[in-house]
Amino acid sequence: MVWETVIGLEIHSQLSTKSKIFSGASTSFGAEPNTQACAVDLGLPGVLPVLNKEAVMMALRFGLAVNAKINQHSIFARKNYFYPDLPKGYQISQFEIPIVGQGEIEISIAEGDTKMIGITRAHLEEDAGKSIHDMYKDFTAIDLNRAGTPLLEIVSEPDMSNAKEAVAYAKKIHALVQYIGICDGNMQEGSFRCDANVSIRKKGAKELGTRAELKNINSFKFLEKAINLEVERQQDVLEDGEKVVQETRLYDDMKNETRSMRSKEEANDYRYFPDPDLLPVDIDDALLSQIRTTLPELPTEKKSRYISEFGLNSYDAENLTSQKAFADFFESMLYEKAEAKLSANWIMGELSAALNKNQMNIKDSPISAKELSGLVKRITDETISGKIAKDVFMTMWECQRSADEIIESQGLKQMTDIAAIEPIIDKVIANNSTQVEQYRAGNKKLLGFFVGQVMKETQGKANPKQVNQLLNEKLS
Amino acid sequence: MMHKFSVAELSKGLKNRDFSSVELTKHYLKRIERSDLNAFITVTEDLALSQAREADSRLTKGNANVLTGIPYAHKDIFCTKGIKTSAGSKILDPFISPYDATLSYKLNTEGMVMLGKTNMDELAMGSSNENSYYGPVNNPWDKKRVPGGSSGGSAAAVAARLSAFATGTDTGGSIRQPASLCGITGLKPTYGRVSRYGMIAYASSLDQAGPITQSAEDAALVLNTMAGFDDKDSTSMNKDVPDYTENLNNSIKGLKIGIPKEYFSEGLDDGVAKVILQSIKEFESMGAIVEEVSLPNSAYAVPTYYIVAPCECSSNLSRLDGVRYGYRCDDPKDLNDLYLRSRSEGFGEEVKRRIMIGTYALSAGYYDAYYLKAQKVRQLISEDFKKAFQRVDVIMGPVSPTTAFELDAIKDSVSMYMADIYTLSVNLAGLPGMSIPAGFSNNLPVGLQMIGNYWSEEVLLNVAHQFQTQTDWHVHLPENT
Repeated sequence: MVWETVIGLEIHSQLSTKSKIFSGASTSFGAEPNTQACAVDLGLPGVLPVLNKEAVMMALRFGLAVNAKINQHSIFARKNYFYPDLPKGYQISQFEIPIVGQGEIEISIAEGDTKMIGITRAHLEEDAGKSIHDMYKDFTAIDLNRAGTPLLEIVSEPDMSNAKEAVAYAKKIHALVQYIGICDGNMQEGSFRCDANVSIRKKGAKELGTRAELKNINSFKFLEKAINLEVERQQDVLEDGEKVVQETRLYDDMKNETRSMRSKEEANDYRYFPDPDLLPVDIDDALLSQIRTTLPELPTEKKSRYISEFGLNSYDAENLTSQKAFADFFESMLYEKAEAKLSANWIMGELSAALNKNQMNIKDSPISAKELSGLVKRITDETISGKIAKDVFMTMWECQRSADEIIESQGLKQMTDIAAIEPIIDKVIANNSTQVEQYRAGNKKLLGFFVGQVMKETQGKANPKQVNQLLNEKLS
Repeated sequence: MMHKFSVAELSKGLKNRDFSSVELTKHYLKRIERSDLNAFITVTEDLALSQAREADSRLTKGNANVLTGIPYAHKDIFCTKGIKTSAGSKILDPFISPYDATLSYKLNTEGMVMLGKTNMDELAMGSSNENSYYGPVNNPWDKKRVPGGSSGGSAAAVAARLSAFATGTDTGGSIRQPASLCGITGLKPTYGRVSRYGMIAYASSLDQAGPITQSAEDAALVLNTMAGFDDKDSTSMNKDVPDYTENLNNSIKGLKIGIPKEYFSEGLDDGVAKVILQSIKEFESMGAIVEEVSLPNSAYAVPTYYIVAPCECSSNLSRLDGVRYGYRCDDPKDLNDLYLRSRSEGFGEEVKRRIMIGTYALSAGYYDAYYLKAQKVRQLISEDFKKAFQRVDVIMGPVSPTTAFELDAIKDSVSMYMADIYTLSVNLAGLPGMSIPAGFSNNLPVGLQMIGNYWSEEVLLNVAHQFQTQTDWHVHLPENT
């Protein structure tokens, strides 16, 4: 049986407002438990929510960035259910009329192809608090610092047909929300969380299969794994002649499995109704056009520009623009007048490798864009070779000194004086007569050997171009 | 003797230093102590005396406001910092509020003296005050009878002059009906006129706070302080607050009064009807023009209210779950047991009934038939009023179909719900409404209801005040007061 997979994602993106969506309490991460929960967040009797306008502005930025229909009259609703980390016994969310309606976003799929993914809606809601089950024996601890943090829940159409596409879409949204400055994108801290709705059907079938919702996925790697695991599981179920049950499943990264959390029958009836404590949100055209003017260049636009303006290839342009921090770094290097293509190579190559190895974010890179530009410029003006540059880079990473300082103090400046290089070449030719004979007999591959010997003698400082040229002359 | 003064008179007396706020406060505290009405859940003697001393110092220094030093009773639905705020419920019996409601804050800032927190139907659900965890309140006119509800404690306290005035809240008649049954003046302002922040929510789209006073003049004085926009309450209106005392003495000659025929049909007690018709004649003699109006959808007010209010309360009361504050059952086995028993043991019968009705009406498959339908009818009820107010300035009729009934007399809840048949529409439409003493039937007070257009509190107060200059029903006192 040939199956096809249908995936839709629900992404909870935490909006980076200073205060909560319905109260004045701070949203910053990592404070002592329950120190950032005011009377409103605690759900004390008598308190009332007041909508944070900044959260609305951020939702609108997102809507405009994905060309969505903006609902200029949207309402907040209460989603009722009991849980200890939900202080009011209901979550204020949007149900019937979300602020952001139908939109779309382009993702890159294999071999430079692109695909449009539909966005069904995006709505504003408040986050719940946190239940901590392993802090006290026999008790669950509740931390309400997170309660009331503004979230934008972004719901996609079931437009993705494999885990890779789902990841590409999630990454695209992840990049976008950072570009437009509405979310810090920090997945470890839970600022960006994905739930995946996964179903399979016979290839070519029109009807969607029964879906499972995968929850608790906090990295792109886990997203891919969880979807693949779930697809395999559903295939096994169907091929055994059984039926997939509509349910919520938890992804367990330790055991690398998904397991049932609750079935549809056990699901809550949330009894949504309009929240009588809040007025409808009315947005006028003037506000929308004002927000439109403040939107920055978006990743897709940036990617096209990198290709057309700097001659980057599609792959590099995609990679550089996939994270705002990378694009920012790149553009800072351009500002320092470093050559574009070489800058891109160094960011995607050495710098990324070093960051990955040290599990660091580019924002915390010990080598700044300005410093890396200093290095790249020395390659461009042939002060050092690309090979030496790699050593200089490592020293820069470790010692936080500028490229020029390192080149100077370690005497790494490229030898460009023919008078100095020539005797060394002569010496290499004299000491390797066997290889010279073989070369002259036609084994041209040995040129590399001679270059290597010269470089060794000069500790890599000879200009490889000059060395090649001189060797060619003298060996012919 | 001091307790026989109105707020307006007390204000003058304090300003002239005829007596001090401390003397006045002690006088009321003594009256409360001697009273057997069960009007108060909490008496805040120490706080009252310290506020009175503070007020006296302001009065001496000459930086006092009109209401500085006036003692009042606060309905126990308003959060008061450091003081038990129970809303008449066992589930909040242990709750000491860590913050002040906006209204509490405003009255404090004005320099008023809080004597205590008044008894009420549990979480403002009831029309007799019999639903209080702290026991029923007696009507000062006849202690075998109920004071009405839910602001029964506040109404009884003012009627018995245990306090110069009191605060109340009105979701379906909870200020007007007890005011009527206790022979005093009660005003429910336009929805959005007074902040709801810190007022324990029953039905958010209907709840509105207002003054319970001896007279319309006092109501105007108190409303001046109560009313106003609050940035903590998104449903409060950012609209200027007029000086409600300014136009009290305007002539009401030519005032158009609408009498809804639907308010004088079956179920209205004859004695009550007689008093109401008599008072309308009084208005005619003062130069008002009376005409009949129709509110055809008012018959649906009771069923509509008993969908809307329970739906909202079923959600509003979810926070009373025994997790963070309030009553928690002993030795919960697990989370479900904690929820189940804390709420089963903490809530009274009527509250549980309304939570169940609301939960049912909001459930998948029933929402359209109940909640949505009720919202549509609610709209129609508002339209009825809109049409009527194109023709008349004020609508008048009875507040309650009967005078105060005896304790334990009404056993089934539906009969009890009918006690609010004339008051519910006003909340559903969000209009201001008032009850003023209009006479007696079998020695029990009868209130006249006046309904105004949106934001027309000034008109209502003017009309009521003019009536009170021509009649003395509002100065009648229960025996031995």
